[in-house]
Amino acid sequence: MSIRERLSGNEAIATAMRQINPDVFAMFPITPSTEIPQYFAQYVADGKVDTEFICVESEHSSLSACLGAEAAGCRAVTATSSAGLSYMNEVLYVAGSSRLPVVLAVACRALTGPININHDYSDSMAERDSGFIQLYGENNQEVYDNYLMAHRIAEHPLVRLPLMVCEDGFITSHAIENIEIEEDDKVKAFVGEYHPENYLLKKENPLAVGPYGVSGYYMEARVAQAQAMKNAKQVILDVAADFEKTFGRKYGFFEEYRMEDAEVAMVIMGSSAGTAKAAVDELRRDGVKAGLVKIRVFRPFPGEELAKVLTGCKAVAVMDKSEGFSACGGPLFAETAGACINLDKRPKLIDIVFGLGGRDFTVAAALQVFDRLQGIAETGEIGEVYTHMGQREA
Amino acid sequence: MAYNLKQEMNKEERFHSGHRLCAGCGAGIVCRAMMRAVDPEDKAVICNATGCLEVSSFQYPYTAWEDSYIHTAFENASATASGVEAAYKVMKRKGKLGEETNFKILAIGGDGGTYDIGFQSLSGALERGHDFTYFCYDNNAYMNTGTQRSSATPQFASATTTPAGVESVGKKQTQKDLTQIVVAHSSPYVAQTTLYGNMKDFHEKAHRAIYTAGPTFVNVLTPCPRGWNYPAENLLEICKAAIDTCVWPLYEVVEGEYHLTYEPKKKLPVEEFMSKQGRFAHCFKPGNEWTIEAAQAYVDKKWEELLEKCK
Amino acid sequence: MSRKAAEINEQIPWQEMTVGCEIYEPGTSRLTKTGEWRSKTPVWLEEKCKQCVLCAPFCPDACIPVSDGKRREFDYDHCKGCGICIKACPFNAIEWKEDEA
Repeated sequence: MSIRERLSGNEAIATAMRQINPDVFAMFPITPSTEIPQYFAQYVADGKVDTEFICVESEHSSLSACLGAEAAGCRAVTATSSAGLSYMNEVLYVAGSSRLPVVLAVACRALTGPININHDYSDSMAERDSGFIQLYGENNQEVYDNYLMAHRIAEHPLVRLPLMVCEDGFITSHAIENIEIEEDDKVKAFVGEYHPENYLLKKENPLAVGPYGVSGYYMEARVAQAQAMKNAKQVILDVAADFEKTFGRKYGFFEEYRMEDAEVAMVIMGSSAGTAKAAVDELRRDGVKAGLVKIRVFRPFPGEELAKVLTGCKAVAVMDKSEGFSACGGPLFAETAGACINLDKRPKLIDIVFGLGGRDFTVAAALQVFDRLQGIAETGEIGEVYTHMGQREA
Repeated sequence: MAYNLKQEMNKEERFHSGHRLCAGCGAGIVCRAMMRAVDPEDKAVICNATGCLEVSSFQYPYTAWEDSYIHTAFENASATASGVEAAYKVMKRKGKLGEETNFKILAIGGDGGTYDIGFQSLSGALERGHDFTYFCYDNNAYMNTGTQRSSATPQFASATTTPAGVESVGKKQTQKDLTQIVVAHSSPYVAQTTLYGNMKDFHEKAHRAIYTAGPTFVNVLTPCPRGWNYPAENLLEICKAAIDTCVWPLYEVVEGEYHLTYEPKKKLPVEEFMSKQGRFAHCFKPGNEWTIEAAQAYVDKKWEELLEKCK
Repeated sequence: MSRKAAEINEQIPWQEMTVGCEIYEPGTSRLTKTGEWRSKTPVWLEEKCKQCVLCAPFCPDACIPVSDGKRREFDYDHCKGCGICIKACPFNAIEWKEDEA
C-alpha cells in the first residue's frame, strides 16, 4: 500500500533517495536544492541509510566525486541548482562520454544575472546537450516518481547515461503537497541492485576510464553515445510501463492534456503546466478546442511522437521558461519546430518566453496565449514568432 | 624492511612501456617508482589529472597502467579520488568487495593540475581526510600545452608565457611552496623528493605515504627535457644539482614533525642547477648577474627556514 | 561488451568499440612500439656491467628488464633512446651505438 504524505519536492526526492539507499552522495549546498542533502544528512545521522555521504568543496567536485564513485562500482548521486549546475558543466560532459550513470537532482533555478534564486529552466536548458537524460516533473508526485525510475533508466546496459531529475525551484522544491509515497521494500525491489560488469575496484581485471581519444576514435565514440540516447527512449517507456504495473501511475515522454481534437495547443513543461491546464479546462467549457502537451522527457527529445500529436492542431504556442539569446526563440521552441518540420500537415508555431527568474505565470496569462492562438488559427496570420510575456513594457 | 634496489626492480612492472611520454620524461620514472611502492599483493586505482601523463599513458585503446585508472578532467583528480575512496569504503562496508584484496587510492597530476587549477579540489580532499595519496610530478610549468608558467615555475625561468627578452628576465614571482601548504592541512604524511641515487628516498617516502592512513602527499621534482631545455640524458645530474643547491630540499613531515632526509655535504651555489638548463640561460648574460644573486638569496632564505623547522 | 585492445583499431566500426572508451585489461600500451621514435640507441656492454641495476629504475619506458636481480638486454621495441641510462651507469657499461653517437 502506498502511503499518503505531505512532502515538499525536495523532501520527496530525499525520501526516494533514502529508499534507494545509494552508495555515495557527494553534496555541495546551493539554493533551492540544498534541502535535499540536508534531509539526507539527517537520514545518515539517524542510521536510516548506509550511504557514504561526503561534503565536498564545490559542485565541480561533487560531480567529480560521483564519477569516481560510479566508476568504482557504486550508485552515486548528488543534487544542485543554477550556478552549481553551470559549475559542473565540464564534468557533466565527462559523465556522458564516460557513460557513468550518475543520477543528479536539479531544483531548476535562474542563472545570473542579475543573480536570482527563483525558478526558470536556464540552468538545466543550458546543459541540454551535455549527454544527460533529462526528466521533468510537474509536481511533487511526478518528481518523486521520476526519481524512482531514474536509476533503472540510467543504468540500463543499452543506455548507461547520466540522468537529471528536474523539479521547479521553490514552486516544486519547497511547496508542500499530498503525495503517494511507496513502501520502502517495494521501492527497493523496483529499483533493484546495481551490478556493473566492470568497475575500478573489480579484482579480476582492471578498468581504465577516460582516455585521450584521437580523431580516429572520437567520432565513433560520439556516435555510440548518441545511439545510447536513442536507446534511452524505449528504456524510458519500458521502465514507465513497469512502474505503472507496480505502482499504478502512468508516464510517457509527455502528457497529452485534452489533445484528442485540439485545434489550439500549448507545449509546456513543469509546474506551469498545472496553471495552463486550468486555462484549457476553462476554454473547453466555452467550447474552444484547446489542449496542451506537457513535456516530461526533454532528453532524449521525443520529436517524432510530439509531432504526431501536434499535426492535427492549427496553432501551437511553445512556452519556453528560459531565454536562449538566440534572437529567434528558446530551446523548447527549437526542438518542437524541428520535430514538426517534416510533417505534411503542421500547425503554425509561435514561441513565448515567460516566467524568467520566478516571474508569475497565471491562468489569465495562459488564456491570453490561447486567445492569440485562436486568432492565428482563424486568420493564418502568425505575427511575431518569438515574443516574451509577463515583463513590463514602456 | 631495508630498501633493496634489486628486490624492487625484480617486482612486476606496473607502469608499462609503450606510453607516449617524450623520450627522457621524468614522469615515466615517477610513475614506475610510485607503482613499485604499492605492495605487490595490493591493487591500486590511479586518478589522473589531465596533462602530459594522462594523454600519454591512456590514449585509447592503450593504457600503460597495470592497475585500474580513471581520468575525468584537469582540476579534479583529488575530487575523483575522493569518490573512489568513498566507494571503496562503502563497498567494503556493504560486503560488495572480498575481504582479501586491498586497494590503494592514488592521485597524480602535474604542477598545473596540483598547484594551480587542481588546488581547490586537492585542498578539499585533504581537509576531508580521505585515505589516499596524491603524487605531484612537479615539472615547473604547463608542459602539455607547451611550457606556460605555473605557480610552480621558479623565479627567472623562461616559460612561453614569461619569456626572457630585452625587458624580461623570465618569471617574476617565486615558486609557490605547495608542500608547506599541504602541511598546513594537518596531513599525516607529506614529503618532497626527486629522482636520484638508487631511488631509495623516493621509494621510502612513497611507500610510507601510501601506507599511512589518511590524505598524504608526495611532491616530486620531475625534470622535463623540453620545457627545461636540456639534453634528455642529463636528468640525473639536474636532479642531483637541485638537491645539492637546496633548490629542492628533500624532507618529510610526519604528523607535523619535520625531518630532513638529505643534507648536501657542501651546499652548492644555485648556478650549478641553473646553468644546466636553457630556461635560465638569460640569467648568465652580462647585466643579469643580479638574477642569480636574487635566486641564491631566495634559496638560502627558504633553506634556513626549513632547517629551523627540522630542528 | 568487453573487447581486447588488440582488436581495437581505427578501422573498426563504432559498434565494435568499447562502451565509453573503457579498457578492461592491463598494460595495453605495450602494443605501441615506441622504439620507432628512437634516433640514438643505447648499447649494453655486458662484459663491463657489474649488475648494480642502477640504470633500471631511471628508464622512463621500463625498457631495462630485471629478473633474478640482474638486468637483461634492452627492450628495443620500446626504448626511445633518451640516454638517461648511459649517465646512470657508474661503470660506463652503456654507451651510444657508435655510428649514431
